[in-house]
Amino acid sequence: MTETLTKIIVDCSTKQETIVPLTAEEIAQREIDAEYFAEMQAQEEAQAQAKAQAKASAEAKLAALGLTADEIAALSK
Amino acid sequence: MALTYQAIATTTVGSGGAANIEFTSIPGTYTDLYILYSLRSNNASVFDNIIFTVNNSTSTYNERLLYGDGSSAASAIPGGGRTSNIQFLYTNGANATSNTFANGSIYIPNYAGSTYKSISFDSVTENNATSAIAALNAGIWSTTSAITSIKLTGNNSTNFVQHSTATLYGIKNTV
Repeated sequence: MTETLTKIIVDCSTKQETIVPLTAEEIAQREIDAEYFAEMQAQEEAQAQAKAQAKASAEAKLAALGLTADEIAALSK
Repeated sequence: MALTYQAIATTTVGSGGAANIEFTSIPGTYTDLYILYSLRSNNASVFDNIIFTVNNSTSTYNERLLYGDGSSAASAIPGGGRTSNIQFLYTNGANATSNTFANGSIYIPNYAGSTYKSISFDSVTENNATSAIAALNAGIWSTTSAITSIKLTGNNSTNFVQHSTATLYGIKNTV
């Protein structure tokens, strides 16, 4: 059974609170927003991963040149 | 709280959860609006984001975000120009420590005036673990209409869970 999504509406002029189902437009907008957010998160994760890979690669190259782990760490402080 | 703050309306989510919390028919008799919330969503994540809109509008929003998550801090222009809502204020998700709720505030000066509406957001998630988030968000709704309704929506097709609360305050510059 499909869950009925509801919203709370608080009418500030009467202080009355009602719980009603979301409209079709609101449900459609939720789906658009969720897709967008997932896309943003994927982009952020990809950027973080690329940055971590570049850092690891740079550290490996410095180690190959003979720098110690402490010396490499000191460079990034 | 200062005498110039007045609670206009408050709501607590019941056992069924709620996808949206909406304040409507907001009177134009205050100088500023202030919302305090304590929210948790049922999204399977440590923290989740909340969508903020006013007057059921889906255009002319912009935001700038500054946040830290326990291991790094960053600033961002979320969405690269996406203007359909404000999306980067935060709430706890279902994977945060049980029975904990995020807290946040939303400040809207001159909401009833005829200039564009600048809005500031401050949100903090709660989690008894490394991962949590604190965020400051500067937003604008570039429309001259008075704000008469405000909607907070759980993102990622989620609901706000039972015991979540939101209170709308009006602020007057006179006692």
